[in-house]
Amino acid sequence: MSSRDIILQRLRNRSGGELKAPDCDFSVLERPDWSPAERLERFQKTIESVHGEVHRCTEDNWPERLCEILGSRGVRNLLIPREHEIGRRLRSLVDTINLPPLLIYDEPISSWQPALFNEVDAGITSTRGGIAETGSLIVWPTVDEPRLMSLVPPIHVALLRAEDIYTTFHEAMQAQNWAAGMPTNALLISGPSKTADIEQTLAYGVHGPKELIVLVTE
Amino acid sequence: MTGTPNPHQVDVKEFNPRAQAAIHNPKIRQNFRKAMDGLMSKRKSAFEGWDLESLRELGANIRLRALANLPGLLEQLEAKLTENGIRVHWAVDAEEACRIVRDICVARDAKYVIKGKSMVSEEMELNHYLEEQGIEALESDLGEYIVQLADETPSHIIMPAIHKNTGEISELMHEKTGTDLSNDVEYLTASARQQLREKFMNADVGISGVNFAVAETGTLCLVENEGNGRMTTTVPSCHIAVTGIEKVVPSLEDVTALLALLTRSATGQHITTYFNMISGPRKADELDGPEEVHLVLVDNGRSSIYQDDELLDTLRCIRCGACMNHCPVYTRVGGHTYGTTYPGPIGKILMPHLIGLDEGRHLPTASSLCGACGEVCPVKIPIPDLLVRLRQESVDGDKLHPARIKGHGAKRGALEAMVWKGWSWMHSKPGIYRLGTAMASRLHALQPRTMGAWTRYRTAPKLAAKTLHQQLKERRQ
Repeated sequence: MSSRDIILQRLRNRSGGELKAPDCDFSVLERPDWSPAERLERFQKTIESVHGEVHRCTEDNWPERLCEILGSRGVRNLLIPREHEIGRRLRSLVDTINLPPLLIYDEPISSWQPALFNEVDAGITSTRGGIAETGSLIVWPTVDEPRLMSLVPPIHVALLRAEDIYTTFHEAMQAQNWAAGMPTNALLISGPSKTADIEQTLAYGVHGPKELIVLVTE
Repeated sequence: MTGTPNPHQVDVKEFNPRAQAAIHNPKIRQNFRKAMDGLMSKRKSAFEGWDLESLRELGANIRLRALANLPGLLEQLEAKLTENGIRVHWAVDAEEACRIVRDICVARDAKYVIKGKSMVSEEMELNHYLEEQGIEALESDLGEYIVQLADETPSHIIMPAIHKNTGEISELMHEKTGTDLSNDVEYLTASARQQLREKFMNADVGISGVNFAVAETGTLCLVENEGNGRMTTTVPSCHIAVTGIEKVVPSLEDVTALLALLTRSATGQHITTYFNMISGPRKADELDGPEEVHLVLVDNGRSSIYQDDELLDTLRCIRCGACMNHCPVYTRVGGHTYGTTYPGPIGKILMPHLIGLDEGRHLPTASSLCGACGEVCPVKIPIPDLLVRLRQESVDGDKLHPARIKGHGAKRGALEAMVWKGWSWMHSKPGIYRLGTAMASRLHALQPRTMGAWTRYRTAPKLAAKTLHQQLKERRQ
């Protein structure tokens, strides 16, 4: 008999009484019905409390704000999506605003891994929404915005539309019907990478980005 | 495990001498006291504004519901993962789980493995096993990395290096990696980042644990702050996840509640920096992510725990560590005193199943039964009740109670058994009982004033000059 069958048989033929599946009442997860403004405020407060940075801007002016932010940090280059609106918009503005050189993640990681790890200063990605209660970004990497874009560069910039901020993770998951099918990788990102493994002292940027910058468009 | 003995293996039975040594070590006492006080107060404030009792009730019910249908859920998980392109393996014990991991590594000609934090892999003693097979396994979680540099084992399931202070870690990193001596945590962290980045790029295989495995979508969920878990599961071309069979839950909805409980109970965080949900290997058109993803479902004693209606509650655990953070014994003796993979209250109820009540004879009694662990457990495991049950199991020799646990009756002594037999006989015969108590009260002056360890910190209980029966009789007259 295979190990699989041995384990399943042991579980099926358990010697105790019949196990009852209790009902689960998820209503305790519900939070007050925050208005969109309250959700944004809550999101900002919570993500800032874990060292995330939030800049409120508009659909029109976010590229300029991005330039200022990257400029103030001396960022040498920016990794952008090729197909997504974010990438198209930035490419179209290369000659008009003061952007750092733009890079595109368009070949498999194996062909440019050392460059990604050592030479890319920042990456910008889209988000599928935010979560007010926990100050989280919902990020689903895609072919256009691969997984490592939001992980390897020391600065991760994320664009979030204020209207996409949900109250709780539970609400976001239900509203976007995640149960119908998940991507190969889905993430909640709540702040820059951090650790408290040395005497409970917080340090940022241990393996992932040292900075998480959220541009919220209203 | 085969081959040479693991240098980390300590004699679990030597609990008392280790506890004595730890209690008299001010550094250990300080490090744990400071950390546990911090974790307790952070947990408290993280649950402010929540109906914590209802939330714990929900957590308990979600886990019970999953366990009630465990075999069905495991099959559903396997089917869904397979459909998603993740290969599923089953291991009856730790040794088989190690072999499966090795075989995958060998098939990929892998020499370097990078690891995310996984307590199941600690339970399997995987690093030691792989090393023997000529495969180098490097821990990437900062705490695990420190513990590995020191050639130690984790002293806490969430904060592996909690027993060391900054100075000790700085000296260790200086000695092993050439980092400058410094009390600047940022500098030490940055230095570890630099060293590990190289390792992530060169690793052939990444090995991680799993916090929740979702049956409905075939999703493996990982909770972490550092990003090393994402690196481990994304950068190498092959990812192997190892997990206990009890970690499966029916739906993604279940995960939202368990996640809310887990991070707040563990470190007092509303959520961790990363919540990583993996549902498949890299697709043909994707540019990164592992080409192969494997899940090893490890039994290693869990299906035996599953047999018993009461002990089954042990399997609800979501490994948050709140029980150890709140345990007065753990805080004083530290994690290494237990000599087991899982220390503290959860270790005391889990490890006897893995190593037997003979080997783990000190575990169920290393507790004052104060009940703090049961009160903070996010899935309401009645830890104190289970400790009492395990104490019974370890002295039980009654043929009416079949052995559920390896080492059942290991602490049963002939004299003690005889004394209790006599006690029970006396208490079921009223005449003998009266005679016995009357004799005892008449001879109360002969009672010893010291009673071994009991009277080291307490005065000896005194027998009354008259029995209760006699006193009542006199009152009535």
